[in-house]
Amino acid sequence: MLRVYPFFLQAALVTVQLSVLTCLLGLACGAVGASMRLSRLAPLRWIAAAYVSLFRGTPALIQVFILYFGGPQIGINLDAFTAGTIALGVNIGAYMTETIRGAILSVDRGQTEAARTLGMSKWQTMRKVILPQAARMMIRPLGVNINALIKGTALLAPISVIELTQTAQRFIGSTYKPFEMFLMAGVLYMIFIYIVGQGINWLDRRARIS
Amino acid sequence: MSDTPFIEIRHAAKSFGALEVLKDINLTVERGQIVAIIGPSGSGKSTLLRAINELDPLTSGEVWLEGVQINRSLPHRQYEKHVNQVRQDIGMVFQHFNLFPHLSVRDNITLAPKMLKGMSSADANKLAEQQLAHVGLSDKIDVFPSRLSGGQKQRVAIARALAMKPKVMLFDEATSALDPELVEEVNLVMKKLAEEHMTMIIVTHEMDFAASVCDRVLFMDRGVVVEEGPPGVIFQNPKEERTKNFLRKHLSR
Repeated sequence: MLRVYPFFLQAALVTVQLSVLTCLLGLACGAVGASMRLSRLAPLRWIAAAYVSLFRGTPALIQVFILYFGGPQIGINLDAFTAGTIALGVNIGAYMTETIRGAILSVDRGQTEAARTLGMSKWQTMRKVILPQAARMMIRPLGVNINALIKGTALLAPISVIELTQTAQRFIGSTYKPFEMFLMAGVLYMIFIYIVGQGINWLDRRARIS
Repeated sequence: MSDTPFIEIRHAAKSFGALEVLKDINLTVERGQIVAIIGPSGSGKSTLLRAINELDPLTSGEVWLEGVQINRSLPHRQYEKHVNQVRQDIGMVFQHFNLFPHLSVRDNITLAPKMLKGMSSADANKLAEQQLAHVGLSDKIDVFPSRLSGGQKQRVAIARALAMKPKVMLFDEATSALDPELVEEVNLVMKKLAEEHMTMIIVTHEMDFAASVCDRVLFMDRGVVVEEGPPGVIFQNPKEERTKNFLRKHLSR
């Protein structure tokens, strides 16, 4: 039993790496997606709407499989870690698109009217008036997205990324202890999610004060 | 051209789908004039006011300020640049104040002058102090809007608009959302502006205020100006039946 700990620690590190990279990619996709969804230009809006419904409307696992197993057929050869990160990042980006868009739309219309009336441009209004208010409202829902994406990294076990779930699975054969193995993975996920949750709470409280 | 009217609205019309909210409205306002627009809700008075600074662009017709057409039809980018420029000269005060809740009173006032006029922080601060003194809220400069009463919020909103040194001020039911005991402090600020000869167009439900402060009163109903004239005439001797009906409901308390 003791000899598996280093492997779990190693795997936990991979899960953290995956989560961070997926989160950053997701936020980037979400920011671009949301600005396209809110664009004045209809084609941009359509593309972003299609992106959202495509990636929210199909299982993330299928998206991972398509990129990793189907990719080579169309000339995209990626290692499991890279393919998994991209697939999950783009997937969570679709959810984040809607989260960010929702927060921006939830800022009272009067705010835009007041800023535009003073002579501020759309972009100036967005940057100085709307986004600072929307950002506060995004923290919690984005926290929910991040929570989901951390657990979602388990979906990379089937394409043999050596992360927590895969590691637990791998050691069942040699230890004959599936209960302990999966419990260990579960506890590590929980610790990670707890820490991130506390971070989100802290951010949310800090944003509320002013 | 000294005979160019200060503000001129020509054949203003606006419809939302099949609904015509403004029908061929013509209006000129001279510099320093104070015009009240009264009428039942849904008469189009707010829409007319919001057409002046392109918040609700007209379907047809023209709006001019000092010989410059405000609602020019231009390609998108040029149009945006144009309206951003002309809006700096047109202050607006809203029913629900619309202060920026994430900014202090000071930053609410200095944001636009710093950003749009390239004013230094020191100058902008001085300006904020001046404007707040003007509306009697010097002690609130570092407070956030959530700590202000409705009347105080509206006075800050007026200070914020005035900080851009507008040529005209538009008031869209500025006291309608206020508790009755807070109306007077806002009215006093508006009276003060009137004494300083600020050009103002005021959409209001307060007939007493319109009667005491304004040079002209327009009565609107169902998208048209039914009757207009000095307050003495409109309130004491209206000619039109619709005006009489409206005033009967609003003057008898």
